[in-house]
Amino acid sequence: MTMWQIILLASIACAAIKLAGYAVPPHWLEKPTAARTADLLTVALLAALIAVQTLGAGQQLVLDARVPALVVAAGLYWLRVPFLVVVIAAALVAAALRATTGMG
Amino acid sequence: MTGRSGRASTPVQVATRQGIAVGIATAAYGVSFGALAVAAGLDIWQTCVLSLLMFTGGSQFALVGVLATGGVSAGPAAITSAILLGSRNAAYGMRMKPIVGGNGWMRDIAAAWLTIDESTAVALAQKDLAARRRGFWVTGLVVFIGWNLTTVLGALIGDLLGDTRAYGLDAAAAAAFLGLLWPRLRSRQTIAVASAAAVLAAALTPVVAPGVPVIAAALVAVVFGATNWLGVRGASPRGNTS
Repeated sequence: MTMWQIILLASIACAAIKLAGYAVPPHWLEKPTAARTADLLTVALLAALIAVQTLGAGQQLVLDARVPALVVAAGLYWLRVPFLVVVIAAALVAAALRATTGMG
Repeated sequence: MTGRSGRASTPVQVATRQGIAVGIATAAYGVSFGALAVAAGLDIWQTCVLSLLMFTGGSQFALVGVLATGGVSAGPAAITSAILLGSRNAAYGMRMKPIVGGNGWMRDIAAAWLTIDESTAVALAQKDLAARRRGFWVTGLVVFIGWNLTTVLGALIGDLLGDTRAYGLDAAAAAAFLGLLWPRLRSRQTIAVASAAAVLAAALTPVVAPGVPVIAAALVAVVFGATNWLGVRGASPRGNTS
């Protein structure tokens, strides 16, 4: 697969999902199991992405400057600091640790 | 509440103001998306096509997140992750159809395009039908315009930075996902699902292909969703749109 094929396939699929919501009768959503699972799917995927993005390096697990950066980010979200400020702070923590301590 | 003129704001005016505020705040995320997409190996055009055509932040972050760990060979896993995260937009569409749908196929396609977390949440927070419609369209349009402009800005910044790891952009990606997850961690059930999914994804990373651990974590949601383990009977754990 080329990068363009990946981009276009994923974009068309996500647009089709949105259209499907307007095209189909809303019967299945009335089932609490389906609605609950759709909500929990978002939570599970985001949590998995955090784990992989923080600890993964290809197929290895490593502890590097990303871990303290994520801890700082969690603390800032706890203090209700806005999203963009937290994201920039996390980048700065990782960058500073790499520049000053030689941490990976 | 009365304004400075002494006249009360109408529900439609309140919806307009909320839509603009939420839209501008959300659009600011586009900078981080643009920078991370370029760091993951996309060029500026590919990054912009995602924000224009896909236009659903969670799926966009997921796609470039998986591509960042596995490269182009993780393409199928990246597409699957984006689809799974985008599936909630179908549920939003079903809730928004009676409010903004049914005005011809062109308006329906526009409504579907703009159906995301924020437009749905602002619309459903309003009291009457006119205000809900206004809230949906204002939020959707402000986010769409702002998100695409800030995506270009972020992509240009990411392109200028070069070695993005030295600037901590990989840590910024994890922090961005945490920001999307944070408002949803309100019940024991969502916290349990998040914890289990994170542990499962980390444990699978050394043994399966890049991208697959994220998809496997979806099983945690299916198990908890089907059994409603740790859930509240009769209540939906629907984050910010309840």
